[in-house]
Amino acid sequence: MISVEVLSVALHYAVVLPKCSLIMTHTSSPAKPSAFSTPPAAFWGGAREAARVPMMVMGASFVGFGSMIHDLDWSVWHALFSTLSTWALPGQIAMAEMAYTGAPLMAVVLAVGFINARLLPLAVSLLPHVRRPGVAVWTYYAVAMLIAATSWVGTMRRLPDLRQDQRLHYLTGYGLALYLSTPFATVIGYYLAGQVPLPITLALVFLNPLYFMLLFLFDLHNAAKVLSLVFGAVLGPVLYQIAPDWSLIATGLVGGTAAWWIGRSPWGRRLQGAWLKRAVRHD
Amino acid sequence: MYSPFVAISLAAIATYAARAAGAYLSGKIGTESAVIDWITCVTYALLAGLVVRMIWMPIGALAATPDWMRFVAAGTGLAVFIIARKSVGVGVLSGSLMLIALTWRSF
Repeated sequence: MISVEVLSVALHYAVVLPKCSLIMTHTSSPAKPSAFSTPPAAFWGGAREAARVPMMVMGASFVGFGSMIHDLDWSVWHALFSTLSTWALPGQIAMAEMAYTGAPLMAVVLAVGFINARLLPLAVSLLPHVRRPGVAVWTYYAVAMLIAATSWVGTMRRLPDLRQDQRLHYLTGYGLALYLSTPFATVIGYYLAGQVPLPITLALVFLNPLYFMLLFLFDLHNAAKVLSLVFGAVLGPVLYQIAPDWSLIATGLVGGTAAWWIGRSPWGRRLQGAWLKRAVRHD
Repeated sequence: MYSPFVAISLAAIATYAARAAGAYLSGKIGTESAVIDWITCVTYALLAGLVVRMIWMPIGALAATPDWMRFVAAGTGLAVFIIARKSVGVGVLSGSLMLIALTWRSF
């Protein structure tokens, strides 16, 4: 019943802070400049800050992933191995879906590559903040493993205010706390799926598509992104009927490229202007 | 047919490649480039397709539930999300509870 508990805490936050969604909640507390006395204190401070709403949101979605893997009749080791080696949920879910339905490995790799390519700009924008002379280069490649959307949102606002020698420690503490919590959430989800009544298992598996759907609808200010969502939602089921194995990657390439191209065209720029005005008025 | 471990390992490598490339490029390119916009659009379309498929044509145990139950549950989550001023947590919670309520007696 962990996930229900997690969700009820999430509900509490959502009620207390009605204007901020969950993904905004952990950006809302004011940053205190150089709040840590020593680098180790920055490490533990980062871990403590991560062990609140960010860890609950991440935990709930990895509980869903664990349940999904159980539902596919894969072993708990598959679930654990995927969480610890990949640690980027949308890609893990696409991988499991595609591998289960027998998509070619090449299609799986391409789809996961595209989905998780979003980590590239996250790393590019985050790592310059922690760079400093005298630190071995491999350190950055190691800490890059701890970059995910959740850790990026949580640390990006704090890093510029911290002393240079504390930033790497802070990021490591924050990322590591999140990273180490996910195998537990995965295993809990895996065994919950086998132990609780079937409707609760179904709800746990349903958690992820629901979470992603709402996450996408949260930020609709960019016309190209909205078009990508619409094209993807339409093309996904249609292409699945035509070529199930390659449908996801084709949906992304065709729908996304079309949306990107329209967004860059003069017509798309006008659309963006009109859309933004509307969106701002509605907020 | 390949083993799940192969798919998981390749997915992990593909994912770490993005992180490592980001570490390599950090400080060398801006994040506002057209290529990154394109990757973002492809990802959005791909995941939107996946979400629709997972709700409409699910695999595993969810496949045994009637379509309308999943649609009503997703619609409930969406409606509550909008009413609760874009609160993702409340939306996900109510959508999941709706699915539990709908499937409780028949499963």
